Amino acid sequence: MTALQHTTEVVDPVPGADAPHLPGQPDLVQLLTPEGERVEHPDYSLDVSDEELRGLYRDLALVRRWDVEATALQRQGELGIWASLLGQEAAQVGAGRALAASDMAFPTYREHGVAWTRAVDPLDVMSLFRGVDMGGWDPVATGFNLYTVVIGAQCLHATGYAMGLQRDGAESATLAFLGDGATSQGEVNEALIWAATFAAPVVFFCQNNQYAISAPIERQSRVPLFHRAAGFGFPGVRVDGNDVLAVLAVTRAALAAAREGQGPTFIEAFTYRMGAHTTSDDPTRYRLASELEEWKLRDPIARLKAYLSRSGIADPAFFAAVDGEGDELAARIRKGTLEMPDPAGTEIFDHVYAEQTPPLAAQRAEFVAYHESFEGEGH
Amino acid sequence: MTETLTIGKALNLGLRKALEDDAKVLLMGEDIGKLGGVFRITDGLQKDFGEDRVVDTPLAEAGILGTAVGLAMRGYRPVCEIQFDGFVFPAYNQIVTQVAKIHARSRGRLPMPIVIRIPFGGGIGAVEHHSESPEAYFAHTAGLKVVAVSNPVDAYWGIQQAIAHPDPIVFLEPKRRYWEKADVDRDAAPEPLFASRVVRGGDDLTLLAYGPMVKTALQAAQAAADEGRSLEVIDLRTISPLDLEPVYASVRRTGRCVVVHEAPLTLGLGAEIAARVTESCFHSLEAPVLRVGGYDTPYPPSKLEEEYLPDLDRVLDAVDRSMAF
Repeated sequence: MTALQHTTEVVDPVPGADAPHLPGQPDLVQLLTPEGERVEHPDYSLDVSDEELRGLYRDLALVRRWDVEATALQRQGELGIWASLLGQEAAQVGAGRALAASDMAFPTYREHGVAWTRAVDPLDVMSLFRGVDMGGWDPVATGFNLYTVVIGAQCLHATGYAMGLQRDGAESATLAFLGDGATSQGEVNEALIWAATFAAPVVFFCQNNQYAISAPIERQSRVPLFHRAAGFGFPGVRVDGNDVLAVLAVTRAALAAAREGQGPTFIEAFTYRMGAHTTSDDPTRYRLASELEEWKLRDPIARLKAYLSRSGIADPAFFAAVDGEGDELAARIRKGTLEMPDPAGTEIFDHVYAEQTPPLAAQRAEFVAYHESFEGEGH
Repeated sequence: MTETLTIGKALNLGLRKALEDDAKVLLMGEDIGKLGGVFRITDGLQKDFGEDRVVDTPLAEAGILGTAVGLAMRGYRPVCEIQFDGFVFPAYNQIVTQVAKIHARSRGRLPMPIVIRIPFGGGIGAVEHHSESPEAYFAHTAGLKVVAVSNPVDAYWGIQQAIAHPDPIVFLEPKRRYWEKADVDRDAAPEPLFASRVVRGGDDLTLLAYGPMVKTALQAAQAAADEGRSLEVIDLRTISPLDLEPVYASVRRTGRCVVVHEAPLTLGLGAEIAARVTESCFHSLEAPVLRVGGYDTPYPPSKLEEEYLPDLDRVLDAVDRSMAF
C-alpha cells in the first residue's frame, strides 16, 4: 500500500451500503431495531409512557409532512430554498424532546424537527426560506436560537450561553446542533475545548448524515466522530440516529449530566440525509441510488410505526388521525406561506442597531424620500 | 477627583468601575487574569473580581468572541481583549457573521452588548501582526460600532460608555500611547462616546485624526503655528458612526482638509471622509481633501516602520500641498 492509499483509506465506512442492516457496531446505542423490535441497552434505559410514544410518532410524522410540503412549495417557486430534514426526523425529535423548557437549543439551518418540539410555529421557519425574514420566532421565549448558517459558529454560542448558565447557578443546559461536516471547522473544535476546559453544561449533538453537501464523512474524519470527544476530555457516544427512543434516552442522559455539573457530552447521531442537501442540490452526482435504498430500510418513522402497531400501543385509527392532522398542518403551512406579506422596505434599516446611528437614520430617510418621489407616477 | 493617569491606567480604572457597577460585566481574554494582560491593562482585576468575571481563556480568538456571543445572549456584557490587532482575524468570522448581525437577524430580540478591546497601531518596534490598523474592516461592517481613543480622559470614560452601550463596539486602544499621561477628573461629566471633538482651534486648515495619530496631528499643528499657519485639529474619536458635523462646520470655515491615519491609504477611513466632506462642503473647499496614511503594503519590519507611519513631516507636507493648491 502506498502512503497515498493509506491516507485515503476509509476507516469508518458508511455501514449498510452492501447489507440491509447495520453491520456490527458494538458502540451504537439502539433501543428500537430497524424492524421495530424494542431492545434494551445496558447503559441507556428509557422510561416512556404509551402516550409519549404515540406523541413521538405524531412528532415524526408531522415534521415529515411539513418537510414534504416545504419541498413542494420550493419546487413551485414559493420558497427560495429549502433544507430538507428527510431521514433525520428521529434524531431531531428525539433530541428536541429531551430538552427541558429552560434549556436552550442552538440549531443549524436544518433543525425543523427540533423547532417543532420547541413549539416554534412552522410559518416562522417558512418565512426564513421564503426570504421574508431571518427566522420569525422569538429565540428567548422558545428556548430555540435562530438558525445559524455559517457552519459550526453556533457551537461556540451554545458553549458561551452554557457558561452563563453556570454563572447564574441555573440548573439548565444547552444543546448545540452540528453536522458531520462541521466537525472539521476550527470554531467547533474551539467550542469543544472551551466546553471541556470550563466544564460547561453543553451537549454537542452531531447528526452524522454521512454527507456535507457532496463530501462524504471520510473526507472529514479518519475516526468515528464520537471518538473525538475523548481527545477533548469528555464522553462521546454514538447513537442510532434513526431510532427516536435511543436518541431520546442518550440525549436525556447527557443533558442531565450537564445540568448536574458533569460537563459536556458529544453525541454522534448516526443517520442519513435521505434527500438532497437543499433543493439546489443534486445528490445523484455523488452517491449511489443503492445506498439510499439501503437506508430506506432503516426509516425512522417506519420502525416506530411497526413497534407501535405490533405492541398494540397504537391502532390504525390513530395512524389515520395523525395522517389527517398532517394534511391539515400542510394546508395551514401552504396557506400561511402564500399569504405571508412582504416586509416593509424600511425593515432593512430598523434593527441593525439597538441604538440607531445618525448616518443610518439619514440613509433610511433618503430611502423613504426616494420611494416617495415615485408616488403618483404609477410605480 | 482629578489625578494624572496614563491611558493604560485610565483603561484599568475604567474597567474596574464597570466591573463594580454591573455584575453582568465580564472580561475575557488571553493572559488577562494572573498576568494582567500583556500591556497590564487588566492588572489586578482578576484578584479583586475573581476568575469567573476576569476570565483567562484558552488561546483561541474565535472562541473568545463566539462564547462572548452566547454569554451576551444569556444577559452578560462580555468585554473581550484581543491581545494584538493582528490576532483579531481568527475571530473575524464570529465578529462579522455573528456579533455584527445577530441584532438584525433577531430583529432586536437578541442584543449584543459586546466590547472588543484591541490595542492597535504601530510604532513599538514589534514583529509582524503586532502593529496593524484594522479599523476599516470593522467600520465597513454594518452592525458594529468602532471607536478609537487618543487620551486618558476618553480612555477612562469611553471604555465605561462602551460597556454600558447596547450595541457591539470595537474599542481601539492606541498601544504606543498607552503610557501617555493627562489629568483625569473622575467626577466630571463625560462627553458622549460617539462624538468628534475639536482639540485645537485654527483657521487655515482642518486636520483630522483619531487614536495614536491625534498626538501626531497636534504636534504638526504646533509646528505649523511656528511657521505662521493656524491648523484646526479634530479628534474624530468615533469611526463608526462617524460624527462629521463638527468637521463640516470647520471645513466650511477653513476651506481645506487633511485626514491622517496609520492604516493603509486605499479604502481607508480617509477615503470615506474625503467623499463625505467633498459632498457636504463642496462650495467651501479651496483644495481637494488630502489623505496621509500608511502605504498599501503589509506593515513592514520595525526598522522600516518610521518610513511607513505618518509622522509630523508627512502631515506638514500634506498641509503644504493643500495650502499651495
